[in-house]
Amino acid sequence: MPVERVLPTTDAADLIELTREIARRELAPRVEQAEASATPPREVFGTLGRAGLLSLPYPEEYGGGGQPYEVYLQVVEELAAAWMSVAVGVSVHSLTVFPVDKFGSDSQRKVLLPDMLGGEFLGAYCLSEREAGSDIASMRTRATVADDGSATISGTKSWISHAGKADYYTSFLRTDDTGGKGISCFVVPADAPGLSFGSPERKMGLDGDPVAEVHYEKVPVSADRMIGERGQGMSIALAALDAGRLGIAAAATGLAQSAVELAASYAKERVQFGRAIADNQGLAFLLADMDAQTAAARATYLHAARLKDAGRPFSKEAAIAKLIATDAAMKVTTDAVQVLGGAGYTKDFPAERFMREAKVTQIFEGTNQIQRLVISRHLLRQVGNGKGSNA
Amino acid sequence: MNIVVCVKYVPDAQADRTFSQDNTTDRTNVDGLLSELDEYAVEEALKLAEAGEGEVTVVTVGPDGAAEAIKKALQMGADKGVHVLDDAIHGSDAPATSLVLAEAVKKAAGGSPELVLMGLASTDGTMSVVPAMLAERLGLPQITQLSSLEIADGKVTGRRDSDAASDTLEAPLPAVVSVTDQINEPRYPSFKGIMAAKKKPVETWSLADLGVDAGQVGLESAWTKVESFTARPPREQGEIVTDEGDGGTKLAEFLAKAKLI
Ligand SMILES: Cc1cc2nc3c(=O)[nH]c(=O)nc-3n(C[C@H](O)[C@H](O)[C@H](O)COP(=O)(O)OP(=O)(O)OC[C@H]3O[C@@H](n4cnc5c(N)ncnc54)[C@H](O)[C@@H]3O)c2cc1C
Ligand SMILES: Cc1cc2nc3c(=O)[nH]c(=O)nc-3n(C[C@H](O)[C@H](O)[C@H](O)COP(=O)(O)OP(=O)(O)OC[C@H]3O[C@@H](n4cnc5c(N)ncnc54)[C@H](O)[C@@H]3O)c2cc1C
Repeated sequence: MPVERVLPTTDAADLIELTREIARRELAPRVEQAEASATPPREVFGTLGRAGLLSLPYPEEYGGGGQPYEVYLQVVEELAAAWMSVAVGVSVHSLTVFPVDKFGSDSQRKVLLPDMLGGEFLGAYCLSEREAGSDIASMRTRATVADDGSATISGTKSWISHAGKADYYTSFLRTDDTGGKGISCFVVPADAPGLSFGSPERKMGLDGDPVAEVHYEKVPVSADRMIGERGQGMSIALAALDAGRLGIAAAATGLAQSAVELAASYAKERVQFGRAIADNQGLAFLLADMDAQTAAARATYLHAARLKDAGRPFSKEAAIAKLIATDAAMKVTTDAVQVLGGAGYTKDFPAERFMREAKVTQIFEGTNQIQRLVISRHLLRQVGNGKGSNA
Repeated sequence: MNIVVCVKYVPDAQADRTFSQDNTTDRTNVDGLLSELDEYAVEEALKLAEAGEGEVTVVTVGPDGAAEAIKKALQMGADKGVHVLDDAIHGSDAPATSLVLAEAVKKAAGGSPELVLMGLASTDGTMSVVPAMLAERLGLPQITQLSSLEIADGKVTGRRDSDAASDTLEAPLPAVVSVTDQINEPRYPSFKGIMAAKKKPVETWSLADLGVDAGQVGLESAWTKVESFTARPPREQGEIVTDEGDGGTKLAEFLAKAKLI
């Protein structure tokens, strides 16, 4: 059941066709086995990269697809409907490019972007630490900057997607002891001496996404690898996350879509009490709610994307999209397990995997509590004080 | 080297496939696509063209929707397309299809092509005869069903694998070559390819443009005729062997009965 989409150009419509073809021919046949054995699908990213799907929202002059977020995100949603780990990987890769594209100097963009957007490279985004998750301003991994601007990095980042599989590590590091104002952004190549990786976390799901610690032991980086100003790291990280959250929202929507389709088709075939379970209104209404929540998730992320594409502020809407879409994915996948009954609880059907995959979307790229923090801060700043005031 | 690739537009095997009133394959009311087996021929042509100089032209004979097959090949990287479109072609058999293709290939290549590449078989008709017929009509050597291919010194060389043996075949160029699904891994179009394809030239030719008499093609002049057809019976429930300690024996008996062991 292909999702009905309104796309701005025929190029975008063809792009969605291409995405569906790759999802059908390359992702669908591999997902079960790779997730069951926790095998990172590095070669799948190669296929996506050569097709141009790893660089869609970035400028054409550096090898990107020059696509608006409205289009890029719908591609992510289509990928997620086939394989969540791959869609998350595409979103994370986009996140790693963002600082260079938005905050890099012209020469940094010229040097770094062609590889990042070339299709063969995969990036990792190194922000979180064991003791600094939601509270990133408390991070401790340190880059000691010398007089010539070169730096030496020591410390450990945690929970890093693509750790050990990436070609470069977009890293946020402490350069001064001034809290959130003392963080700077660096792009560290994978072959930098002193870089090593922990063993993969044993996660609840999303097993195709290898997550591990990144250890920096006196890793040297040259001056031209610092992105933006010294001390600008925190605002770069937050700006990147505004965009990244939309990727997670789109992926969560695709996951919910697959859960709805699985549940609806199962309900039409499964017979109890002499009729299909879907013929019970009590169950059909559950399916209706699942479908409605998925559609609402899609509408919410597309609204935020269109604001971003129009160059308008979209931080609040991105947080709303992440909150709504990931909560919808959690609810819808849980209900899908319910619709499949005992079968839903077995690994013979993907419903239980969908449910495990949905959970993490409420946690990473800012937990849903943090999204509420962002939304409420914007909201309270936007409204005036007291009753009747419209200042 | 200038290469012509013949590609067929076929009904999507994943969707419902049906027949029209006149017992021909319904090609208009179904989702169609570039025959997946022809993607290998397109890929091989692109690799040859990329390795040296040359241009890849794709030719299809088919209804309106067949433009999709050309579009896909252009998105993959072919340079230009030719669509032979004429109502009179409807219902054509393999000899007629090869007649139209022969004229189209000659015209597309401006005389004789240097290399014509084709698929192993179409995924709908699966007769695997059009390449041989086309070679005959063009008066060119044919090497069919190659799973490897090399061009050097004005010759095409390749391997044809069968159950019992592998042959190495060679022909002087120009030649007609068909390739199997073992020869390469076809690329997907890239997003850049999709955008570039929009600017590539596609010509649409009628039978008159090719100088082919409409009386030589179509359902009426086909050498064979589909009299009737029966839908494949629905799959039957398999036999369940209950293991009461003798499961292995029962399984062996079942397989022996089916002449599988
Ligand atoms: C599969 C996976 C992949 C990941 N990939 C990456 C990656 O590629 N790069 C990266 O940098 N990080 C990554 N992360 C880390 C992820 O972003 C963090 O786990 C997340 O930001 C939460 O941090 P934490 O785990 O330390 O939770 P904590 O911050 O310890 O939060 C624990 C709980 O407290 C709540 N909480 C915290 N502060 C507040 C508050 N002020 N008000 C109300 N509630 C609060 C949280 O919502 C949460 O429920 C990944 C995590 C996972 C699980
Ligand atoms: C259900 C059914 C009904 C049919 N009905 C009739 C009928 O009523 N009367 C009748 O005479 N015949 C009928 N045919 C035969 C049909 O017309 C042939 O299948 C067709 O002419 C070409 O043969 P093929 O598709 O088997 O090609 P193959 O020989 O299997 O194709 C090999 C290669 O030739 C090339 N090629 C084949 N066709 C084209 C094309 N159109 N354009 C460009 N390249 C091409 C491709 O490179 C392809 O990979 C029927 C076939 C089927 C399956």
